[in-house]
Amino acid sequence: MSGNMNLTLKVWRQKNKDDRGKFETYPVQHISPDMSFLEMFDVLNERLINEGKDPVAFDHDCREGICGMCSMFINGRPHGPLQGVTTCQLHMRSFKNGDTIVVEPWRASAFPVIKDLAVDRSAFDRIISAGGFISVNTGNAQDANSIPIPKDDADAAFAAATCIGCGACVAACKNASAMLFVSAKVSQFALLPQGQAERQERVLNMVAQMDAEGFGSCTNTGACEAECPKGISLSNIARMNRDYIGAQLSVQKA
Amino acid sequence: MSWLTRMFSSTIGQKLIVALTGLFLCTFLVVHMTGNLQLFKDDHGMSFNMYSVFMTTNPLIKTVSYILYFSILFHAFKGLHLAYKNMKARPVGYAVVNGKANSHWTSRYMGILGTIILVFIVVHMNDFWAEYKFGHIPYVQYTENLESGEITAKPYADEAGNPKSIANKAEETIVSINGVDHKITITKDLYAEVAETFKNPLLVALYLISMFAIGFHLYHGFQSGFQTLGLNHPRYNPAIQFLSTWVFAIIIPAGFAAMPLYFLLIK
Repeated sequence: MSGNMNLTLKVWRQKNKDDRGKFETYPVQHISPDMSFLEMFDVLNERLINEGKDPVAFDHDCREGICGMCSMFINGRPHGPLQGVTTCQLHMRSFKNGDTIVVEPWRASAFPVIKDLAVDRSAFDRIISAGGFISVNTGNAQDANSIPIPKDDADAAFAAATCIGCGACVAACKNASAMLFVSAKVSQFALLPQGQAERQERVLNMVAQMDAEGFGSCTNTGACEAECPKGISLSNIARMNRDYIGAQLSVQKA
Repeated sequence: MSWLTRMFSSTIGQKLIVALTGLFLCTFLVVHMTGNLQLFKDDHGMSFNMYSVFMTTNPLIKTVSYILYFSILFHAFKGLHLAYKNMKARPVGYAVVNGKANSHWTSRYMGILGTIILVFIVVHMNDFWAEYKFGHIPYVQYTENLESGEITAKPYADEAGNPKSIANKAEETIVSINGVDHKITITKDLYAEVAETFKNPLLVALYLISMFAIGFHLYHGFQSGFQTLGLNHPRYNPAIQFLSTWVFAIIIPAGFAAMPLYFLLIK
């Protein structure tokens, strides 16, 4: 078919978290520009399986850009060259025939490689378990307008809540810091009345867990915000800093 | 662990130390630069030398200067310590990193820029601060005509021409010469020391490189400090950004850079 591309992939291969790992080079032919980046990997893996070789392990789930599973570091940027897009929504029309594409896993001590391009992001789950929730009695949902919330606050909370926890912020950050993720998860509740009861405890516990996981500290480079597929704002980090310092100075529990 | 140690051992707490000391050092730079503008005054260095006496004898300034030395040490130590920990947070690096796609280079090289500045501070304090406090800076005697305002200067020396010194940092007396009141001021001549030091082109080059490093360091650092304190709001972000760029990245380093250039090329 005309318009199809021949590309060279340099892909990180690593058997398990203890393996040293290395790059393998794979030429891929007749790639349609309408394929997604992951579909191109499907084509490569089909070929590897037919050749009796081990397919490349990579995370994926919804392939609609909303689940946060895909996680490739493509040509030096998480989720590839486009802004506001996850790897599954990156299409091969963003590349040119003859390109060499380097694909690496997220790199962070808190995200150990499970295999090839798949990394263990359960550190994020443990941060959420530390306080990224509100405690409510189960039962019928409350009437929608029983608690008045200013529109601006609701919008900012919703914008923070669009974080899909993919980890691109950690991958992009030169310090492997998780501040953008944690601050989004803190902010989505800090902005709403329902989040107030546990507001101080939440930020203290989530930051403590973030530090315990071995993420780096924030030096405000802004790389996370620029690479976030959901456009989570750096202002969330400022809010978390404010809340954290405020909570340390004023929390009731000594 | 008390809440205080817990707070300052967290990543956010440690950043808070870096931000607070850094912003304090920024206020120092404003004072240091404006005060040193007196080097450009055409009075044989009298006002600069008297300013030096004031800055090293006033109890309030002396107290603040000790806070300043501690801030420099804290800022540098904490900054380098965090940079080391941040490197350990990514033990295996990427083969390809396209950093310029998502961040300004100054934000990614704060540790290196800061190290250049730290080396500069050691050289700079050795050149002037240590020399002024412990070295052998000659004394100068100014004679100011209190009617015409004319100032003349000569080395403070005995009749054989050997330099003399006084117990205090400065002495002022009013004498009458030919019926006109004159103020005689004797003080350490730091101005001459500055003029002498900046005759060395290599040292001037080091100073200029360091001023670029300070400019780039503050271009990111000043506004970054506010973000760490949690101060990020569309109402005042433009003002912080303006100060960061124009005052701290451009005007202050340019003002400092003009001083060695003035003595090397013009004076």
